Amino acid sequence: MSKKKEIVALPESKVQSVLQEIMSGDPVRIALSILLGFFIGAIFMVVFNTQVVNAWSNFGADPGLAFSSVWWTIQDGYGALFNGSIFDTTSGNFLDGIRPLTETLRFAAPLIMAGLGVALTFRVGLFNIGATGQIMMGLAGATFVSTRLHMPMVIHMIVAVIAAVAAAAVWGMIVGILKARTGANEVIVTIMLNYVATALFTFFLRQPGLLLESNGGGTPKSDHPDSTAMLGSLFGSGFNLHYGVFLAVIAVAFYWWLMERSTFGFRFRMVGHNPSAARAAGIKVENTFVWALALSAGFAGLAAANQGLSLDGGLTTSIEAGIGFDAITVALLGGSRAGGVVMAGLLFGAFEAGSASMQVAGVSPEVLGVVKALIVLFIAAPPIIRAIYRLPKPKPKVLEPVKHSAKVSK
Amino acid sequence: MSKIEVTPGMFSKVEVKPSLKTTITMAITGLVVLVAFGIFGKSGDVMFVWSDSRESLQLPHWIVNSMVLCTVVGVLLLAMATAAFFYRRLNKKSPAWLVIIFGLFAIMALLGWLATGASQGVQMVFILSNTLVFAIPLIFGGMAGIMSERAGVVNIAIEGQLLTGAFVSSVVGTMTHNLYLGMVTAMIASGILSMVLASLAIKYLVDQIIIGVLLNVLVIGITNFLHSVWLNNDSSHLNFPGTFDRIAIPLLSDIPVLGQVLFNNRITVYLMFLIVPTLWYVLFKTKLGLRARAVGEHPLAADTVGINVGRTRFWWVTLGGMIAGLGGAALTIGNVGSFGREMSGGQGFIALAVVILGRWQPIYVTLSALLFGFTIVLRVWANQVSPGVPFDIITMVPYLVTLVAVAGFAGRVRAPAADGQPYTKE
Repeated sequence: MSKKKEIVALPESKVQSVLQEIMSGDPVRIALSILLGFFIGAIFMVVFNTQVVNAWSNFGADPGLAFSSVWWTIQDGYGALFNGSIFDTTSGNFLDGIRPLTETLRFAAPLIMAGLGVALTFRVGLFNIGATGQIMMGLAGATFVSTRLHMPMVIHMIVAVIAAVAAAAVWGMIVGILKARTGANEVIVTIMLNYVATALFTFFLRQPGLLLESNGGGTPKSDHPDSTAMLGSLFGSGFNLHYGVFLAVIAVAFYWWLMERSTFGFRFRMVGHNPSAARAAGIKVENTFVWALALSAGFAGLAAANQGLSLDGGLTTSIEAGIGFDAITVALLGGSRAGGVVMAGLLFGAFEAGSASMQVAGVSPEVLGVVKALIVLFIAAPPIIRAIYRLPKPKPKVLEPVKHSAKVSK
Repeated sequence: MSKIEVTPGMFSKVEVKPSLKTTITMAITGLVVLVAFGIFGKSGDVMFVWSDSRESLQLPHWIVNSMVLCTVVGVLLLAMATAAFFYRRLNKKSPAWLVIIFGLFAIMALLGWLATGASQGVQMVFILSNTLVFAIPLIFGGMAGIMSERAGVVNIAIEGQLLTGAFVSSVVGTMTHNLYLGMVTAMIASGILSMVLASLAIKYLVDQIIIGVLLNVLVIGITNFLHSVWLNNDSSHLNFPGTFDRIAIPLLSDIPVLGQVLFNNRITVYLMFLIVPTLWYVLFKTKLGLRARAVGEHPLAADTVGINVGRTRFWWVTLGGMIAGLGGAALTIGNVGSFGREMSGGQGFIALAVVILGRWQPIYVTLSALLFGFTIVLRVWANQVSPGVPFDIITMVPYLVTLVAVAGFAGRVRAPAADGQPYTKE
């Protein structure tokens, strides 16, 4: 088997058909999935709540308490989630009330940016699990520029963002080149590169000549980024929201233009739908893979810039905060479309923002991890949700013949 | 479905010259050892401590100059590379034993170079036995990967299966005070998880990679939740199983060095000794294994001769998942003694790499898992004996080796042809 044939034989088109079903929108199914995810999450909260269990063990004595304890547990949990992520009903004035929403935006921004990156590769029929590693490399770039180079205001920040994007894109390009040249499976390659990137970033953070803080010891930690390079605060003190959210807005607009309006995106989608047809139409499929993975990693680099240039204090690897992995679920949930990814990112951002206030309310925010996983699982596996709600199976879409081509044949 | 083309010469036995890549890799390694570790190496003495202090039969310590050792080993390595070159000229592949001995010598030089001047020396028993213990979850995870991928289902959910096994074995083991029961329930729980993967992938044709990733996320979510709200409240009654006792096999465990490493272990290690050869035998020497491989290579052909593709895949994935559950049990009741948050820490993904590195063959997979286990030990140990060494770089090595293998630089690595492709009857 020659190298070219191996690439054609990879199951892109199959990934695509599943993704098409996920993307086919169907807001009813998405809504039902989210509802079911929250419902099962509530069951988890109730079953593992000691007060509820006690109330139910005394069911004979006080049946009312048993039921009300269930209700209160759920209300406490999801109420705290609402208060922590959308609007704080306990606060007196509007300004404090709206603060949780800005927190949601702050947490959503990097998820959306990294999610767009993963989404882009889905559209090309690839599966990029490497956002984690790409963010690590982006962080290395951003940290180097923001702590080691000194430039005037704004310019410094722009250079740092560009450095993050470039470093991440190069890292993503390696995946593309390996796939294009050798037919290596991008899933395995990205998983391996995640570990390599994490180790490499840690190594950089340990080197006094590279990223280690000026009077640092054994722990891999960088200096505080120069204030000229920081993404400034948007609403002043009291709010944590910073200009990273603008990066996200730009990223979303660019992604939409790229995928829906540009020839580049058209090629991406064509390769994703049918690589053989794309090749027959004269598209260089291998080059498309390389560009798609580089661009995809560029989005992850934006997320890295958001993380690396907004923190008070030195950087460690923990700043990645699982964004690279969550990006996969965000992209799946958002159906790989710009709008969908924004919504999914906001939902997951709300979960992040709300977990602190859930902790305060005495409800374990870990339950959100279960809810998150379930929602995406239900959306990615339509048969489950169809079986649970007894929905009919969708009829396979038949492509209608294009009219004007029929005219030509006459 | 990909069509298999009939090409001229496809069915005739043609001698293909083995690739030069192995030979070149060996030569470069030999040169590095000779020059960097030997000629320009460290001049101090290095002590090899062969025996554990508990052993009855003590082998004497071996003290040698590091430069001399590495130079001699480097020359030996180059000689072996030359031998490999001659094998290739005779149109033969270098035999596996040559490569394995080469690897062992290279590792010895590396250890000697690292421990030069360190007072504790190279503690062979410590290094080897820990390599084995760290490799066990990877080996079981790798076996799970082999079983499902040989049958044509990509199993990204090994991480979730390990974590399930670790969690269940710890909780059940603590609650029932019976670690064997914990081990069995871990296998069952992990098997059930695999059934979800298998039925979604085989019956409902959901993308296998996506479903695998999401099952991992789900298991991480559930175990994190249960760990924080349930286990943490009463960990002494829920999450304190302890570990299996070490069982020393009489006579065999008295062999110097190897006896302590191989035959004074917990039951999880002995099960590995049992499962790996069994899987190899079943896969390559029995009708059952032939059927599984047929389903993984060309499901249409298998279906034509009357093999039930869906059912075969389902059971191989499920049984594989049960073995991965055993690997999870090895993490808790076979090593650490309690369940920790996300304690599998990406080992399921490393198991994926191990499967590829070992070319979907149980014995080779075990060897590559041992390589990964060794680097885990090396990271800890190198930091003690030789603090200046950048052990982040050592951490990277196995992943880079896997990348090289996946990219096909080091010989051909070919997945089962129908790996990851659902099969539907038309």
